[in-house]
Amino acid sequence: MGGFTLVHFVYLLQATLWTVVLTVLAFGLGSLAGFVVMLARTARTRWIRAVSMIYVDIIQGTPLLIVLFLIYFGLAVVGIELPALLAAAISLMIYCSAFLGEIWRGCVQSVPRTQSEAAECLGLTRWQTLVDVILPQAMRIATPPTVGFLVQVLKNTSLASVAGFVELTRASQVINNSLFQPFLVFGIAGALYFALCYPLSRLSRALERKLNVGRRQPA
Amino acid sequence: MRYKFDFGALVEHWPEFLSGALTTLQMTAFAVVFGLAIGILCAIGRRSASPALQWLCGFYVETIRNTPYLIQIFFIFFGLSSIGIKLPILVAAVLTLVINVGAYTAEIVRAGMDTIHPGQIEAAQALGLSQPQIYWDVILRPALERVYPALTSQFVLMMLASSITSQISAEELTAVANNIQSFTFRAFETYIVVAVLYLLLAVLLKLAFYGFGQIIFPRRRRLGTAL
Repeated sequence: MGGFTLVHFVYLLQATLWTVVLTVLAFGLGSLAGFVVMLARTARTRWIRAVSMIYVDIIQGTPLLIVLFLIYFGLAVVGIELPALLAAAISLMIYCSAFLGEIWRGCVQSVPRTQSEAAECLGLTRWQTLVDVILPQAMRIATPPTVGFLVQVLKNTSLASVAGFVELTRASQVINNSLFQPFLVFGIAGALYFALCYPLSRLSRALERKLNVGRRQPA
Repeated sequence: MRYKFDFGALVEHWPEFLSGALTTLQMTAFAVVFGLAIGILCAIGRRSASPALQWLCGFYVETIRNTPYLIQIFFIFFGLSSIGIKLPILVAAVLTLVINVGAYTAEIVRAGMDTIHPGQIEAAQALGLSQPQIYWDVILRPALERVYPALTSQFVLMMLASSITSQISAEELTAVANNIQSFTFRAFETYIVVAVLYLLLAVLLKLAFYGFGQIIFPRRRRLGTAL
């Protein structure tokens, strides 16, 4: 036994760094995959839309924890042993892709139809229409919910602790196992998460307010 | 890759899967009822005239919404037992779930209340309605009707998040799966079965909420649209 010392705190800070690394990794990979999902969800071909919709529904209807177990424990049984960081990153990527794909689909589809019709009249290709006309407008709408979702990803990296990856949650468990001061240890861990998430939440809300300035209701 | 899938080994465990799924549903039901109550009270608190109450409700909502559920579980479960309060695991799990979903509900309900036009409330005051009447008939019911879809999808997400309570060994679906896979060594198959079960539960829940919404919001049913 003993008290919570500076050494413990430094250990938690290092683990926080790993939480950030995992978040960046998951969000980066998830954005790429989510972009593909968004393209598939808005595709012209019907079966591509159907398949991507089923994918999104399956991922959104399954707990992230189960996806993680499938990737980490499941693949190990089949003979593919992934390091915990990679397994967590892949699970989070899958999770991100479904949610971001759906968020972005909504944003892309909220750009008025006349915009893509005009682009078509000007003889732009489908890709040009998407990149030069639709996306710049959709991105403005997409930023607040995307930043908001980043908070979800950051919080959900805590599940990587279940696979044994030492990020903030795992590190606080390790410390608590030796000190058994759960209120203190998990309180500090919670505060560190809060310090990361709260600014992002505020940013998301501020961006949203800025976006809605034009059509604000009298309050 | 030479791996033969064998779902046969899991067949004899179906009663456990079933009871796990039922436990998950029960936890969800409790959390929805109490979480909604806390959420509504908190949303009212954030709109109240008292700065202390406003701050308190805001603190609760922001703290919960900006920290991981897993940390909340550990904080509450291990924290309570460290000061000598030993709750049955399922009670502790539901408690954390209620505290968690209450904060999200509060934010959604508050957003709904903010859409009520001040003129409506002034009109109700002019008609001499009492404060509770105004809150119930003019603010809360229309607000809940507007945010009903957002609320129900939050509850479905919470049902999925309840899988995390397996980390303190609450005997719900995920914990059951962990047990079964350690008996049978069929991790891949077990988690696939459980993923399918969660999907079914999610669909079931969505249907139930849809049906319930049709019953409690007759105006939506008649007009075919929300307010």
